[in-house]
Amino acid sequence: MSSDLDVFVGNTTLIDEEVYRLWLDGHSVAEAVARRLRGGLLEREATSVAVLQSDTRDHYRTFQMLERLLHAPPRLLQQLLFQIPPERQALLVQRYYAFDEALARELLGKKLSKGTKKELDEVSARTGVGIRSCRRQFDNFKRVFKAVEELRGPLAENIQQLFLLPPSLARDYAAIVFFANSRFETGKRRLQFLSFGDFAACAQSMMAHWSQGALAPEAAEPDGDLPKSFLQDLKELKVLVTDKDLLDQHKSLVCSALRGKISVYNELEANFKALSRALVNVGGKLTHARDVRDFFVDLVEKVIEPCRSDKWSPGDLRLFLQHYTAAPRNLPGFRHQALWERYMAAISACLLRMFHD
Amino acid sequence: MPGKLKVKIVAGRHLPVMDRASDLTDAFVEVKFGNTTFKTDVYPKSLNPQWNSEWFKFEVDDEELQDEPLQITVLDHDTYSANDAIGKVYIDIDPLLYSEAATVISGWFPIYDTIHGIRGEINVVVKVDLFNDLNRFRQSSCGVKFFCTTSIPKCYRAVVIHGFVEELVVNEDPEYQWIDRIRTPRASNEARQRLISLMSGELQRKIGLKVLEMRGNAVVGYLQCFDLEGESGLVVRAIGTACTLDKLSNTSAFLPACNSPSKEMKEIPFNEDPNPNTYSSGPSTPLKNQTYSFSPSKSYSRQSSSSDTDLSLTPKTGMGSGSAGKEGGPFKTLLRQQTQSALEQREFPFFTLTTFPPGFLVHVGGVVSARSVKLLDRIHNPDEPETRDAWWAEIRQEIKSHAKALGCHAVVGYSESTSICEEVCILSASGTAAVLNPRFLQDGTMEGCLEQRLSWQPGFFSIGSEKGEVDFFPQSQDSSSLLGIEEASPPGCGFCHIPYDELNMPFPAHLTYCYNCRKQKVPDVLFTTIDLPVEAIVVGKGCLIQARLCRLKKKAQAEANATSISNLLPFMEYEVHTQLMNKLKLRGMNALFGLRIQITVGENMLMGLASATGVYLAALPTPGGIQIAGKTPNDGTYEQHISHMQKKINDTIAKNKELYEINPPELPEEIIGSPIPEPRQRSRLLRSQSESSDEVTELDLSHGKKDAFVLEIDDTDAMEDVHSLLTDVPPPSGFYSCNTEIMPGINNWTPEIQMFTAVRVSRLSNINPTNQTLNKNFNDLCENLLKSLYFKLRSMVPCCLCHVNFTVALPEDELVQIAVTAVAITYDKNQALQANKAPTEKSQQRASTDNEEQLQFPLELCSDPLSSQPFSPAKEVLEGASSHTGIPAAQRATSVDYSSFADRCNSWIELIKLKAQTIRRGSIKTTTSLEKASPLAEGYLRHRSVPSGTNSTVSVVKMTPLSFLPGAKITKYLGIINMFFIRETTSLREEGGVSGFLHAFIAEVFAMVRAHVAALGGNAVVSYIMKQCVFMENPNKNQAQCLINVSGDAVVFVRESELEVLPPQPAAAAQPTGAAGDVTT
Repeated sequence: MSSDLDVFVGNTTLIDEEVYRLWLDGHSVAEAVARRLRGGLLEREATSVAVLQSDTRDHYRTFQMLERLLHAPPRLLQQLLFQIPPERQALLVQRYYAFDEALARELLGKKLSKGTKKELDEVSARTGVGIRSCRRQFDNFKRVFKAVEELRGPLAENIQQLFLLPPSLARDYAAIVFFANSRFETGKRRLQFLSFGDFAACAQSMMAHWSQGALAPEAAEPDGDLPKSFLQDLKELKVLVTDKDLLDQHKSLVCSALRGKISVYNELEANFKALSRALVNVGGKLTHARDVRDFFVDLVEKVIEPCRSDKWSPGDLRLFLQHYTAAPRNLPGFRHQALWERYMAAISACLLRMFHD
Repeated sequence: MPGKLKVKIVAGRHLPVMDRASDLTDAFVEVKFGNTTFKTDVYPKSLNPQWNSEWFKFEVDDEELQDEPLQITVLDHDTYSANDAIGKVYIDIDPLLYSEAATVISGWFPIYDTIHGIRGEINVVVKVDLFNDLNRFRQSSCGVKFFCTTSIPKCYRAVVIHGFVEELVVNEDPEYQWIDRIRTPRASNEARQRLISLMSGELQRKIGLKVLEMRGNAVVGYLQCFDLEGESGLVVRAIGTACTLDKLSNTSAFLPACNSPSKEMKEIPFNEDPNPNTYSSGPSTPLKNQTYSFSPSKSYSRQSSSSDTDLSLTPKTGMGSGSAGKEGGPFKTLLRQQTQSALEQREFPFFTLTTFPPGFLVHVGGVVSARSVKLLDRIHNPDEPETRDAWWAEIRQEIKSHAKALGCHAVVGYSESTSICEEVCILSASGTAAVLNPRFLQDGTMEGCLEQRLSWQPGFFSIGSEKGEVDFFPQSQDSSSLLGIEEASPPGCGFCHIPYDELNMPFPAHLTYCYNCRKQKVPDVLFTTIDLPVEAIVVGKGCLIQARLCRLKKKAQAEANATSISNLLPFMEYEVHTQLMNKLKLRGMNALFGLRIQITVGENMLMGLASATGVYLAALPTPGGIQIAGKTPNDGTYEQHISHMQKKINDTIAKNKELYEINPPELPEEIIGSPIPEPRQRSRLLRSQSESSDEVTELDLSHGKKDAFVLEIDDTDAMEDVHSLLTDVPPPSGFYSCNTEIMPGINNWTPEIQMFTAVRVSRLSNINPTNQTLNKNFNDLCENLLKSLYFKLRSMVPCCLCHVNFTVALPEDELVQIAVTAVAITYDKNQALQANKAPTEKSQQRASTDNEEQLQFPLELCSDPLSSQPFSPAKEVLEGASSHTGIPAAQRATSVDYSSFADRCNSWIELIKLKAQTIRRGSIKTTTSLEKASPLAEGYLRHRSVPSGTNSTVSVVKMTPLSFLPGAKITKYLGIINMFFIRETTSLREEGGVSGFLHAFIAEVFAMVRAHVAALGGNAVVSYIMKQCVFMENPNKNQAQCLINVSGDAVVFVRESELEVLPPQPAAAAQPTGAAGDVTT
């Protein structure tokens, strides 16, 4: 006797966290049942496989119906179809938008387009995340991206409001949007040592210090784009490396301050000009979209790698950046101290975060 | 022009995209009532339109108000082609017609389309201004309250329980009209939904008129059903129990609370006096007190004039209770006379209630049931549905005569049902024969009423608690003390005592002296359709018991088919009964409550499903075990097999006794003075009263070859039967289940509830099915369904599945459909454990102290919040002016515009004014909230004020098939919810197949019920029931259709834990409005 139709509907919608996890991971009903069986549920509850199948199907149907609403979480709160307690609603949303960092790392800086979606098979193979789950997460990224693309104000806050995500998750999404927007290159071999967390932290400091929202909350431009005028202004900083006098004075100021305080003083003295050139030029290039892509590559190639080969310690780098940023204040004729500090605040934060093995 | 209906369309949200080009919608709304239609402006290019329409006003008579639903259609404007319908909302405005209920309907309603399901939501505000109508010959019955609840609703008390009301209306089914061939499925579905909505409105109005005729003001236990007879038409029928109810509230401790002018006008004359002159005296002030001051002797003459010889029906069994009653001794005769006098005037002394006020039920005879097989024919004249009426009248007569054969004058827990397959229809009715306390029944007998009312104080309620013997029947006490047999009915066992005469029993039964009082005779087993009486003393816990049965039937046409069905029915009844009896014994129990036997007819088989809750009643004897007897005792291995089986059965009984904590106190036999039944004695076939049901088919069951105690194994079939007995798996630990309101033996409920509906359709795939394999399949289907419920709800453990209601349908040849609706309620395990530690204390225990309290002290509980409420100044002013109109303080407030009525007499003005106030109050509320562009229903505001921990915008609405919510107090009944939906799809696969389709539809139905309740200002539905779920599929065409009919009572509840905090709130809420609304008196 086979059951053609088998449904269970509660006035309060039942949500089984375990089944939800399996569904989010992209398992089919049969796979989910198999996994639940392996979990020993059968013995614990003294029930039958048929019951487990029926239960899993019910949950899957519910989730499929909920998915439409999960695409716009505020609707989940307003909808009348499913009566779900608020804490459960929050859980549903949070889990739905949670993502695998390995996957996010792969997609960072990529255009969230159909083309990228087609490549998800490979990404899935590389990261070990199920293909269906990959697609769902990709769609999440894209949905969030589309939703906040045109919005003004702080990115993370917008995301938090539109998708009702917890603050930390919203910040991560903001980073993803920021990367997708600026299309930073992250896939190069020499960047492989950086995790999603590193990039997310960098994105956050960049948005925090550079975006218009950081200065004026009612900014005219979306938060995800770096303000054009700011990038334009960065060109002014080139004077620090093009003007020979300034460069020398800068060096002597930094070196005198650091003498005896860092272990790699000699190396610093030798490399200062190269380092400074790299640090300033990274900013100067940001006006060209093509060069923007290389922002992280440049930082790693021209700053982190040399320092690492010279065996700098993170403490050394911190001290150096501190004084390197502060020193121009005492440079005669340098009028861009505010701009310089704003620029270096993000660069320092990024470098410190990225400076590891 | 007795009424003005006002509708405002506020906004829409989440509308579907109707214009692919712009991804937007140009929505407008049509509001239709009767033949009048209004339209809003088109709100262009938005999925969240803000119409903020004017008030659309419909001036209609109240007959129309009762019959018609308000129909709201949302459309997409299209310049070039016809406007596309997005969906509809039907709103039943009946709850606005009696002002104790809701004053305004306001909230977000799902926009429903029969093809696409829910498509967005619309915010609507609906109000009704009712004007008084003195016309005595009017056709409307506004103001009569309807309750699905099958007990006296919690914040009311019954003054008089009048009795049975029934009505049916028929019409052609639009689905089968010629026009259906040319119109779209959507149009056809909508025509059907609208027609059924109209018909149920009409039905309710007609029942209301009958209630008014009987001088009642409410219908309790209202059960409305649809018979989809296909070609021959559509029947909507309803039964209920007419009552005169009084609202319990502090302000009117002595006054029945009627704050509706219309109701007032009706109720007063009826309560007071049958005298036609009362209309002149009726409206005079002070109204309510007069109700009591009337002379107490009104209908005495009528009462004493009747006698047993008035019995119009001689039961065909020949053991008439008429004579039996007389022989039974003066007490019984007297009691009978009194009851009879009250019931005599009634055609059918039936009550759809299943729970009664303490003392109402005197004796219970047993289950009576009747079935009849009919061939459907086209209903030629819908206005005079004589054939259907006659069919039911016939069945009811039969029920009545069965009850008489059991020495009973009334039938309680009465219900009716049908099963239709093609042109054959089985009509079934069942109930419990009972002897009732006449005092609740005498309509117009002011003495009874008066005494009842005056004594209906906490003191009265203490009956049945500590006092062993209570002066409960002042009239009967003399006679009983003379006889020395019955010093009133002892609480806790009185209802078990046989109502029939033991020397002249209507059927062979085994009687013993009551194990509780040892004075009266009781049967060995008791079957009933009612809930366990509150005062009943039970041992241990109860459990759900089901008997399941399939019988193959040859496919046949018309009369041959009907004949073969009628021939099968008695056998099915017998087997169902035997199964129930055996399963009951297997659990060591001796009584069944809430018994419901459902026989479903299909094309090639009949299915029987009986559900009941088994308990051990302390008053009845301990059931004997089950003995197995083999036919061929000389075979050694066979003998061994039998003894093995016997051991298994004995083990099961022992295990069950432990599981359900059945350890009755040991009684020395001498005290009982009656033989303990000997299991082996076959000549003493022990059968319950329920077998009267078999008399329908005039089958003498005493010659049956299997009896309840001895199972004879004479062939493989019998072996199978025994096996199937043992396959019933007890629920996993932490779970209990029952199909009654309360689980006997559990009383420490915690507030968490989960109501659910589960539906399964299974294919019986056997090529050559036999009864045995079918039985097994059916049994497995039910057991698996239960198992899956236990698994789903495992997180709620420890919990109890209450009111488990199975319905079986046979939609197609090999398909069986089972639908289950029930509620899981958690209970406190710690308390239960404590009770376990002291089993002696527990062994003799009340059915449910929890429920008992609810029933017995409603007055105190109800009045508490109001009594502690400080009087607001506004209220005092009004009170002075309106002189005891008995309006609850919470409802008194604010402004009036009644001056146009000033030429009428004073008291009139007061009433109208107050009515206007309640209406106005609603409007003030909504307009203020409208300014915030988010009108909220009263209940939502209230709900939000309650710390519920929600920050979501949707208010929580609880649903339960029970009449109460654990840990909560129902403060207001807002009206009946009775909804009928059709859903159809032509893209079944795309919607997730049959399961996906039905899953979504059931969720949608729940959502629409919740939205309506929330819009009425409620936060729960009690006595919820899914009366119909008809599912049809055509997978080849990728199509499916489903019809669902649900009903229940919308209520406002307050958590008991919040009860102390809440009382100041109504006053606080009333004050601002009182200050704003000018008190222009």
